[in-house]
Amino acid sequence: MTVEPAAADGIGSGTPSRGGGRFDAIVVGAGHNGLVAAAYLARAGLDVVVLESSPEIGGATRSEEAFPGFRFSVFSYLVSLLRPEVIHELDLVRHGLFLVPTASTLNPLPGGDCLFREADPQRTYRHVARHSRRDAEALFEYKLEMRRMGHLMYWLQRAAPDELAAVIGDRVAESAEHLDVDVSAEVADIARHFLDLPAARLRTFVQMLTMSSADFLGQWFESDLLKAALSSSSIIGSMLSPRTPGSAYVLLHHYMGEVDGAYREWGFQKGGTGAVAATIAKAARSHGAEIRTDSPVARVLVRDGRAAGVALANGDELSAGVVMSSAAPQISLGRLLDPEDVPGAAGAGLALRAARWQSGGCAGKVNLAISGLPRFECMPEPGPHLSGGITIAPGLDYIDRAYDEAKYGGFSERPFIDMIIPSVLDPDMAPPGKHVLSCFVQYAPYELAAGDWDDGKREAFGDAVVRTLAEYAPGIEDQILHRQVLVPPDIEAIAGIPGGNIFHGELRLSQLFLLRPDPAAAAFRTPLPGYYLCGSSTQFGGGISGGPARLAALRVLDDLRGVESAAVGGVETP
Amino acid sequence: MPAMPRQAPQGTQAVQRALALLRSFTPEAPEHRLSELAAAHGLHPSTAHRLLGVLEAEGLIGRSPESQAYRWLPGAPGTGVARSSPRRNGLRPLEPLRTPFHRRTSALCESDARRDWSGYTCVESYEPTPEREYWAVRNAAALIDVSPLFKYELVGPDAERLLDRVMTRDFSKCRTGRVLYTSWCNEEGHLLQDGNVQCLSRERFLVSAAEPCLRWFQDCGWGMDVDVRDVSEGIGVLALQGPRARAIADAATTGIDFGAMRYFDLADGEIGSGAGGGPVRVTRTGYTGDLGYEFWVAAEHAEALWDALVDAGRDHGLLPAGLLALDMARTEAGLVLIGVDYVSAVDAEIEVLKVTPAEAGLGFTVKLDKRADFVGRRALELERDRGPAWAMVGLEVDWFELERLWSEIDLRPQVVGQPASREPTPVFAPGGWQVGQCTTRFFSPLLKKYIGLATVRVEAADPGTELDVEVAVGYGRRRARARVVERPFFNPPRKTAVGPAPGVNG
Repeated sequence: MTVEPAAADGIGSGTPSRGGGRFDAIVVGAGHNGLVAAAYLARAGLDVVVLESSPEIGGATRSEEAFPGFRFSVFSYLVSLLRPEVIHELDLVRHGLFLVPTASTLNPLPGGDCLFREADPQRTYRHVARHSRRDAEALFEYKLEMRRMGHLMYWLQRAAPDELAAVIGDRVAESAEHLDVDVSAEVADIARHFLDLPAARLRTFVQMLTMSSADFLGQWFESDLLKAALSSSSIIGSMLSPRTPGSAYVLLHHYMGEVDGAYREWGFQKGGTGAVAATIAKAARSHGAEIRTDSPVARVLVRDGRAAGVALANGDELSAGVVMSSAAPQISLGRLLDPEDVPGAAGAGLALRAARWQSGGCAGKVNLAISGLPRFECMPEPGPHLSGGITIAPGLDYIDRAYDEAKYGGFSERPFIDMIIPSVLDPDMAPPGKHVLSCFVQYAPYELAAGDWDDGKREAFGDAVVRTLAEYAPGIEDQILHRQVLVPPDIEAIAGIPGGNIFHGELRLSQLFLLRPDPAAAAFRTPLPGYYLCGSSTQFGGGISGGPARLAALRVLDDLRGVESAAVGGVETP
Repeated sequence: MPAMPRQAPQGTQAVQRALALLRSFTPEAPEHRLSELAAAHGLHPSTAHRLLGVLEAEGLIGRSPESQAYRWLPGAPGTGVARSSPRRNGLRPLEPLRTPFHRRTSALCESDARRDWSGYTCVESYEPTPEREYWAVRNAAALIDVSPLFKYELVGPDAERLLDRVMTRDFSKCRTGRVLYTSWCNEEGHLLQDGNVQCLSRERFLVSAAEPCLRWFQDCGWGMDVDVRDVSEGIGVLALQGPRARAIADAATTGIDFGAMRYFDLADGEIGSGAGGGPVRVTRTGYTGDLGYEFWVAAEHAEALWDALVDAGRDHGLLPAGLLALDMARTEAGLVLIGVDYVSAVDAEIEVLKVTPAEAGLGFTVKLDKRADFVGRRALELERDRGPAWAMVGLEVDWFELERLWSEIDLRPQVVGQPASREPTPVFAPGGWQVGQCTTRFFSPLLKKYIGLATVRVEAADPGTELDVEVAVGYGRRRARARVVERPFFNPPRKTAVGPAPGVNG
């Protein structure tokens, strides 16, 4: 077979709004989840339109040639959470999915030392043993337990939370052998999986929901360096320190991804992450879905107590029996809905709770175009370490201090930085010999104590990042050709995520499972019949996963099968 | 060691004679009488006596107290080395052969993972895992030392005639400056080998093959005016494969218009950016199914070629790649390997192992419409009428089938990161009898499918046919539902595209 190239940019990959129309389903937002939902609905034979407010598709999954010859993954930069079901059911490889693995993680340390973890476990043992022989040994046990946790999450992610809750609740209440609730065999299987967990595994799971990652990791490791290195995954995208209770769950979120069955593996999409969105868009279009950019939706239209379509900001109206929103709850359950329209008393409460949804951004992105490969003091020569992740997190205190600065309303002067060099993984990202450096940076709060983010503050933040990098890769400041600095208000403005929170809301117990994004809308359905949620604020949350959108679309199709409606007919099982 | 000069210069003769005497003393033949030594070395007894006296005085040999015979002294320098020992012929244990690029490849091989290939010690993977090298083939470029190929030069007025006699393809239609991929068979039409033939002129060709075939070509050319020479050791071969190959090849050589070179063209050029870098021949061929070139260079210029390509590739993500990555890529390309996917008729101890080119998936190389008679023609004509019994097919196991099998032991599919397996495994009709065997298989991280090359009965070979292939799932063996698919599994347009160096995927 031939892998068809996917356009790496969202540019020009949608069509501008052209008036109204009548559809079976409307999807609000052309981020990866909106596109996945549309692809599933179109695949089942529905007439689907995706409405995107910005000129480009992709949402936070976008690439752009910000400077001639240099291609940036603007926001999200690696792929691991993308559900295998989505990849294979939508045939994404044929549409251009091309994931190059990032095999190692380098943590440069002050003074030219480092902590290096490679794909080969024995080599990683030797690297870690330089710092602690006990920890090097413990790492095997830890990784095994985390793979088991990843596997548990794999099962949990396969069903909507309400289905799981029903089955698990039934089992616990009745202690019965048989399952009494009306659920699919697969859901029953998942529930059994969860209920049959050994006590030790259940304990780890509860620990991950509640503990700080520093304490959680402390159960295995003595080395502060290793704990800090492993903690990186516990703070990404979250306004948490590794010492904040609950951060261990974010760690789990980053361990439940997989590449082809291997947990905790990450891949770089050729062309940048925008090509993932382009790939899903191609799949959706191949099934007949229409994607319209520059089409901001103003509100959901309601008729006879059901969602009946949407009104665009320009006044055009599109009608459909199903409306799905991939936007964050402040938009989906707030701005787009008139509380009066929502049946019963749910409306006002829904909007109010959506407004209180915790989703302040905490991260910035600094994308650099550089004239040559960075020379890290610990490993100055080019080598395999440059095709893996590189993280500046030289100690728990270091991260905690960076967090403290943000807690009091500043950005971190010496921030946590998670880097990759996309042009090493994909030479098409930069001109020959030149490179792009992607820096995910924490902490950068959405609101600064010293007033709004402006260009001055943005550049000061960029300077802090470069200054920090230069401590580990001396001379990098002279290699920089171009710099792109993005802070939470930019993420909000460009990707349309309120607060600029990359997960559409913090991943903490109060916002997970049956509480995500709202007790009345936790299973993709909302109190308004015909109106569904399918974005990162549902189910297991953010990351380029497509998992929530897939389950949401399947639920829509289930509901349509139950509803004999003139508007939608002939729905086939995907 | 250099051969002994027949006529030694004056004054050195005595030294030579003394050394020759000294070498007569070995652990196996520790004692010699004077008369015996003199006779053996063609010396007058008095000369032998004088020389042996010096050797004894210098402590290099001893004297038996009883018999007064001269005697080997353990540890004495120069003795016991058996060079001229009448019981040894001087053959030392064979050491692995080194390709002309060995110094370069070994300096980079941090894993020390090597494997024998036709007597040469070759890198399996430079790094502990072949992953980056594999992705370099598909995403940037990889440099692979394929020098162990056997190479034969066919020179003479009858060179073309010989090829047309031996090969299944039509060499009267092979233009100079082209490479032809072909099979060759025995009289029964059974496949001996497959390989590439470079057409350098009407009277000069270069055949590359995985196994020796000098004698076969010479015997087939009996009575023809053609010289068949084995030039295997004098030529180094580097495969440069991947989407960036054209840009790198262009920068590393002069005198070749790479944009104009078509798939299976060949061209001569110079190494480096200026003149004097040494000659190199480039063929647009390879074993990866990707854009790529192979560079043919005299051993003395091999390192210069390596250096030029590595320098040019530095800014394009070029990595040296070993045989594991090559094997993964060639499987995706659906290219068969002799000794793995088919057995050469010369190695087939039992009849059932023999295959025709069509049965090995190489039917396209058999030109029954060509004018020349060729070895195996009659048998292959019969096969054309009767139809082959076997077919080489691609098998594909999809992701959900892998999930289903591994979920039986509560694991996610454990398939990624494993090199291609060459362990043959049975292929069954669904739930039924064995219909063939899968000889190469692996999980392609690019295609995200488990793929394999299999030989199956023709009745089971239509694309879309469902078959079962045995796979290892943990300690167990399970039948995975597979589908017959067209080869190649992966076939990017850039493989055959002409024009300027392509950048992006595709």
